[in-house]
Amino acid sequence: MKIKADTDKCVGAGMCALSLPEVFDQSEEDGTVVVLDPEPPEGLATGVRRAVNLCPSGALSVEE
Amino acid sequence: MTEATPRIATFPVKRERAFDPPDLLRRWQEEAPIRRMTYADGHEGWVVTGYAAARAILADPRFSTRPELLHSPIPQRNLRLQNMNVPPGFFIRMDPPDHTRYRKLLTGQFTVRRMKLLEPRVEEIANARLDEMERQGPPAELVSAFALPIPSLVICELLGVPYDDRAKFQRDSAVMLNLDSTLDEVTAAMADLLTYLHNLVMRKTADPEDDLLSGLIAGGELTDRELAGIALLLLVAGHETTANMLGLGTFALLSNPPQMAALREDPTLIDNAVEELMRYLSIVHLGPIRAALEDVEIDGHLIRAGESVTLAIAAANRDPERFGGGDMLDVSRSAHGHLAFGHGVHQCLGQQLARTEMRIAYAALLRRLPGLRLAVPPGEVPMRSNMAIYGVHRLPVAW
Ligand code: HEM
Ligand code: SF4
Repeated sequence: MKIKADTDKCVGAGMCALSLPEVFDQSEEDGTVVVLDPEPPEGLATGVRRAVNLCPSGALSVEE
Repeated sequence: MTEATPRIATFPVKRERAFDPPDLLRRWQEEAPIRRMTYADGHEGWVVTGYAAARAILADPRFSTRPELLHSPIPQRNLRLQNMNVPPGFFIRMDPPDHTRYRKLLTGQFTVRRMKLLEPRVEEIANARLDEMERQGPPAELVSAFALPIPSLVICELLGVPYDDRAKFQRDSAVMLNLDSTLDEVTAAMADLLTYLHNLVMRKTADPEDDLLSGLIAGGELTDRELAGIALLLLVAGHETTANMLGLGTFALLSNPPQMAALREDPTLIDNAVEELMRYLSIVHLGPIRAALEDVEIDGHLIRAGESVTLAIAAANRDPERFGGGDMLDVSRSAHGHLAFGHGVHQCLGQQLARTEMRIAYAALLRRLPGLRLAVPPGEVPMRSNMAIYGVHRLPVAW
């Protein structure tokens, strides 16, 4: 799976970094999402999907 | 497309039972997750009690949060919304792109990681309150001794507002959040607080300190009036909300001894318990309210441009289609996805701060006062049905 993040849409709510810190962080500058691991291992797939779904602004998506 | 279901007047805010949403909301939810509702001024709008529809509308940019477009779902607030003057910088009442500009200037200050750095200080503040409670001995009134001072002190230190001025901002924000205040009273309280914060901004411009307001001033992108508006929003949103979660959440735990015991036995449940308490209690019990900017079809209903929609978060967070057994408080449930912090671009900016405060404060309270109990019969705890943020006015406890 491949994670795509649109920092223009991101509102820095931090749901991604809270739910899956292995994959998502937030920039020190403006709090927008930083994807630490854009192609995470299969074992994290459920967690990634959950984080994508929790994101309030629709900034995250995955390509399978 | 279905036609209008029968009209019903105004939105209920009074809860029959302390922790459950008003029965009428649940009845509407059983009948239809989205339905017509007559607003206080006669406007024919909508009310949404279903989780999926509420979440979809909150995330939909075709809905606006600008007060001049909104009708009031309750009589007390009649006319209030449309007459409200949004101060510069008060971005909770703005749509993108105005909203985006302010929010982006602030999000860096409220990240998960930033909030982690605050943990030791929040811990210290919570413990100092408990030291004081122990020193004075039982009984105590938990809201004034614990629930209100912790988030007030934290937001003051973060923003750089002198905590010694709390009597003033706590009084003004109580007037602003009281549903029975008149429009004049609200306007006066807001103006008063804005003047105070404007003066503070000028003092900090001359004499910067190590705090959020000084940092924003140094950034140079905002006028003094915008800075005062931002400070107003953060100050009011930052202390009343968490304070009420701490007061009401403690009452809910004391009223559910097995849940309290489970949390005491396994303190690692605390993160989960905080989410579940947020879901179960949904203290933002009036709105959010939005207005359609264009015709929008949701679940076969046509919401026309200009129509107001009230999102009943308290009911949506109990929607049986999303949260099975949702009428029970269950600290081991996975409550993620609840709407108690909202959803969409306005989802709470301070949520990671609120989570930090709640985790630390609840954990310290349970650890330090193992014999905590109510000091009055549950029916005598005064509930905040008349406030925009639900909770307890007072919570007498002993230990
Ligand atoms: C448990 C405590 C809290 C609850 C239940 C809560 C709830 C909410 C909700 C439901 C919204 C969305 C309103 C809407 O969509 O119209 C919101 C927005 C907001 N909250 Fe909180 N909040 C809490 C704590 C805090 C704290 C501690 C701060 C401090 C900084 C804060 C600052 C804000 C701000 C600035 C917004 C506006 C965000 C925007 O419009 O982009 N909140 N909050
Ligand atoms: S959850 Fe979404 S909006 Fe929030 S920080 Fe992550 S990507 Fe941005």
